[in-house]
Amino acid sequence: MPDKFVAEVVRNIPPSGIRKFFDLVLEMEGVISLGVGEPDFVTPWHIREACIYSLEKGFTSYTSNLGLLELRELISKSYKKDYNVDYNPQNQILVTTGVSEAADLAFRAIINPGDEVIVPEPSYVSYKPSVSLAGGIPVPVRTNRENEFRVTAEQIEKSVTKKTKALVLSYPNNPTGSVLRRKDLEEIAVLVNEYDLAVISDEVYCKLTYGGSHTCFSSIQGMKERTIILNGFSKSHAMTGLRLGFATGCEDLIGAMTRIHQYAMLCAPITAQMGAIEALKNGNDEMEKMIREYDRRRRLIVDGLNKLGLDCFEPKGAFYAFPSIKSTGMTSEEFAGGLLREEKVAVVPGNVFGDCGEGHLRCSYATSREQLVEALGRIESYLDKVCCKVSVKSVSKNNSRR
Amino acid sequence: MKEILDILENDPKIQPEEIATMTGLTEAQVASKIKEMEKKGIIRKYKTVIDWEKAGEEYVYAIIELKVLLRSRTGYDAIAERIAKFPEVVSVRLISGGHDLSLTVRGKSMKEVAFFVAEKIATLEQVQGTVTHFVLRTYKQDGDILFEKERSERLPVSP
Repeated sequence: MPDKFVAEVVRNIPPSGIRKFFDLVLEMEGVISLGVGEPDFVTPWHIREACIYSLEKGFTSYTSNLGLLELRELISKSYKKDYNVDYNPQNQILVTTGVSEAADLAFRAIINPGDEVIVPEPSYVSYKPSVSLAGGIPVPVRTNRENEFRVTAEQIEKSVTKKTKALVLSYPNNPTGSVLRRKDLEEIAVLVNEYDLAVISDEVYCKLTYGGSHTCFSSIQGMKERTIILNGFSKSHAMTGLRLGFATGCEDLIGAMTRIHQYAMLCAPITAQMGAIEALKNGNDEMEKMIREYDRRRRLIVDGLNKLGLDCFEPKGAFYAFPSIKSTGMTSEEFAGGLLREEKVAVVPGNVFGDCGEGHLRCSYATSREQLVEALGRIESYLDKVCCKVSVKSVSKNNSRR
Repeated sequence: MKEILDILENDPKIQPEEIATMTGLTEAQVASKIKEMEKKGIIRKYKTVIDWEKAGEEYVYAIIELKVLLRSRTGYDAIAERIAKFPEVVSVRLISGGHDLSLTVRGKSMKEVAFFVAEKIATLEQVQGTVTHFVLRTYKQDGDILFEKERSERLPVSP
């Protein structure tokens, strides 16, 4: 059947670069994967237990569209405590089915047809398609390695037009592991004010910040009113499959998102909400334990990659390292494809996350220490082979010329 | 210091070099800190948790609760220390409740453990009474769950 029934906007969404790679990996056995964008920890037992217990007690109904009030109150409290930002649990917090849904709602809630949304790259793969699906035009902004892929106010300003409606921020960043400090955010805030932009700040990795504390964008003066914060439990409490996120913002924006959510999703699954309540009440110790472990692996992988000659800056958040492979002269896809075939290590080519990610790899260190060490060893032997091959190639070329 | 201990507690085989990378200290700093903690007795010993049953060795464990009559001027410490010196005794703890000391004893057979208790422990002057609980099965030991390990079924590549 022709795809004549498929809407144009959907047809125009480019196939996911990750998907392509994923299919390749599935065919192989014995692969060590540094390609995973989720924790290797299983959800802490006390949270799973709370989910099970809630099922036993018969909590299987819908909840309020906004989510359970107790959960919203706990979220409100945690934002007050962590970032000194006030969100009213009655109308400024919306519990969603994962951050993905929250992002989609946010775009749909603010975009008029033809509105431009600035997306600094490299970035998580869903923003651009979500903007397009909402009728907007995603405007990627290149960032660079010299500045550790941290977007600057100056870079954003160059892409602002009359049609610019909003700016996406996603720090700590997937795939680069970069974070923005308060000073950077304050500069961006000045610009956001000047051009009267809305901001969608995806802070799902906020708890995974190393050697410093996270700054919530809405804690910058004047930003709360124009910012939708996206956050969730997937990364901080290893709850990816439970699909639970939330959005916070001013009443108007959260109200608009809720209007879509009530018809599209109705409410987030109650079992996951019960787990999230437990996570916020009693999950801190386990979370800190996981963060400490990530931090150790982070140092291990960054050190290992640099020792192999793959230039890697220190990622200060999330659980990704983003080394450069420019020294090999290969493209990201060539390198990642070869590494998978020859040494059975899966990493994600950096160009998947935007053109400026070319020449880099996303290596997730959300995997055990033993696996990381093994993967580094395999990357080393791959590099040995590649370097040999490059020289062999040039030799044979010379021969054929003769 | 705590960071190093945290790492070693779960994996005593890990090398100072790797700990150094993970903590941001130098290898020499890590090595000297470990030495220091060994000397001070903060690090008592490096141990291997073994599932002996899986290895085909039959060991019998028993938890033995003792009621102790204290003699003047020697407290629980004195009797506990005496008991602790038997190699058959794996652990000795002072406990609250109906009994005073709780021991874990390991032997090759039930008979061996029973005789050990009857001959070496119950005969001690301060010991007024013993209750022996034989261990039928161990589910968790030293923080390690002896069931099949949980594996997360993650997709190999995800955004």
